[in-house]
Amino acid sequence: MNKKLSLKNAGTFLVFGGPSIFAFAAVVIIPFIVGLYLTFTNWDVRTGDSSLIGFTNYLEVFRDKVFLQQLWFTLKYVFFTVVIANVFAFFIALALTRGGRGEQWLRTGFFTPNLVGGIVLGYLWQTLFSQVLPYLGAKYGWELFQTSWLTNTGTAFWALIIATAWQLVGYLMIIYIAGFTGVPNDVLEAASIDGAGRTSVIRRIILPLTVPAIVICIFISLSRSFLTYDINLALTKGGPFNSTELATYHIVQKAFLSNQYGVGQAEAVVLFAVVAIIALTQSYLLKKLEVES
Amino acid sequence: MNANRRILSGVRTGFLYLLLFAFLTPFLLIIMNSFKTTQQFFESPLSLPATINFKNYASAFDNMDFMQGFMNSLIITGISVTIIIIFSAMTGYLFVRYKWKVNSIFFFLMLASMALPFQVLMIPMVMLYGNMGLLNTKLTLLFMYLGFGVPFGVFTFHGFIKGIPYELEESAFIEGSTTLRTFFSIVLPLLKPVFVTLLVLDVLWIWNDYLLPSLVLLSPDQKTLPLSTYTFFSSYSVDYAPLMAGLIMTIIPVLIIYLFLQKQIIKGITEGALK
Repeated sequence: MNKKLSLKNAGTFLVFGGPSIFAFAAVVIIPFIVGLYLTFTNWDVRTGDSSLIGFTNYLEVFRDKVFLQQLWFTLKYVFFTVVIANVFAFFIALALTRGGRGEQWLRTGFFTPNLVGGIVLGYLWQTLFSQVLPYLGAKYGWELFQTSWLTNTGTAFWALIIATAWQLVGYLMIIYIAGFTGVPNDVLEAASIDGAGRTSVIRRIILPLTVPAIVICIFISLSRSFLTYDINLALTKGGPFNSTELATYHIVQKAFLSNQYGVGQAEAVVLFAVVAIIALTQSYLLKKLEVES
Repeated sequence: MNANRRILSGVRTGFLYLLLFAFLTPFLLIIMNSFKTTQQFFESPLSLPATINFKNYASAFDNMDFMQGFMNSLIITGISVTIIIIFSAMTGYLFVRYKWKVNSIFFFLMLASMALPFQVLMIPMVMLYGNMGLLNTKLTLLFMYLGFGVPFGVFTFHGFIKGIPYELEESAFIEGSTTLRTFFSIVLPLLKPVFVTLLVLDVLWIWNDYLLPSLVLLSPDQKTLPLSTYTFFSSYSVDYAPLMAGLIMTIIPVLIIYLFLQKQIIKGITEGALK
């Protein structure tokens, strides 16, 4: 149907596209443009004063040792979360696509942490880390758990990773299962007739044929963990001494608590650039490994 | 040979159930302890509760204003998911069937925006809507969810509608049906599988969302469930027993939906991710 857009069917456009496009423009496009503009001004929330100051905010971002430290902290956190969640999800999915009994139940079970929002999940693990594990440590004399993991920077880092990965595993598992189901059966049969062992089947057949699923899973886990906010808020509140503030948490604090909107926004843009570069690089590199079955 | 294989597969299944049990221990511990007093929890967090009493639940229900949070969450999730689905279906249809320049521009912008993290938009958004005095109402939040939900919705419907043969609609047009009527009586019923996918993904997203409501809804009576949980935890921080009951109560509504819809949820996630 190739009617020209004219006054007569402008009505169609408004009725069918109006509400969505209006909301999309008002919530995404305009804030995005205003946000970019904001990074070049010194807007003050109390006085309402604002003037153009060029790249000062961006220079501020790179001069801000605390933000750079937190960005580095975020990168480490993302790296370990992505690796741990994907490895577990991959192998659980592998174990759950062999047609054994009760697979449906097992899948359902492993997915349950995803029903829980970040705030609830954070408090759940906070209770475990601050009360249950120290109890075990005291009772059985395990040094590792003697003090709450959340009171020490190094262990709080791992607590954050465990809580996030625990939730991500079930979600990624489902996508990996979909990927494995796409591996043609005749290829697997041919391999087993040729006498290929389980490890070489995984390495030489399943892995290369599920590259698209791996790309998606890494992309999802990357973007989710880069933007972690509520787990961070509920689990550690950035403590002890702001040492576990992830980038998003820092930006929220900067903008809404210390009213530095311009710098906060510049940090958000920098964070976005970092996420985009890493996500694009990983999918480019992995796509090269893709093969046709 | 056959018997051996059966034993092996039994062992493997047993091992997997054990792994699942370990994986779900955090939930089990919280449930178990939500029936004890805080004192009992501190003394022996691993033992089964001596009696099952719902005192903590009653206390959490009152102190976190559970009903209010629940109703706010229900209204916000229900309405936003409905408008996201209806309006993105209509826009997806418009973009597939009318090849106008303006349509392809907006479709492209929507696709591109899906890579945009919320964090880049949140500061200017709060600033703009704050200046206009539009914060602190559910209506603004609903509008924002529509704006954020539309790109993925349109994208999903676009892919599906492309596969529907145009002839179905053509015959309706020949009989004199309007575009709107054709859409609602012929196209919409065909979109059911996509509804389910979007419904699942959007419900999980909006029901559990914390950051956006925390920026928009400022007064206590507007709070959604995640916001009430946050306030409850911040103000009760040492009395763990009712807190754990509060966590379990917040999880129960989604758990009920999950038990009914688990097949569709898993299908929805798969389709959502592979699109």
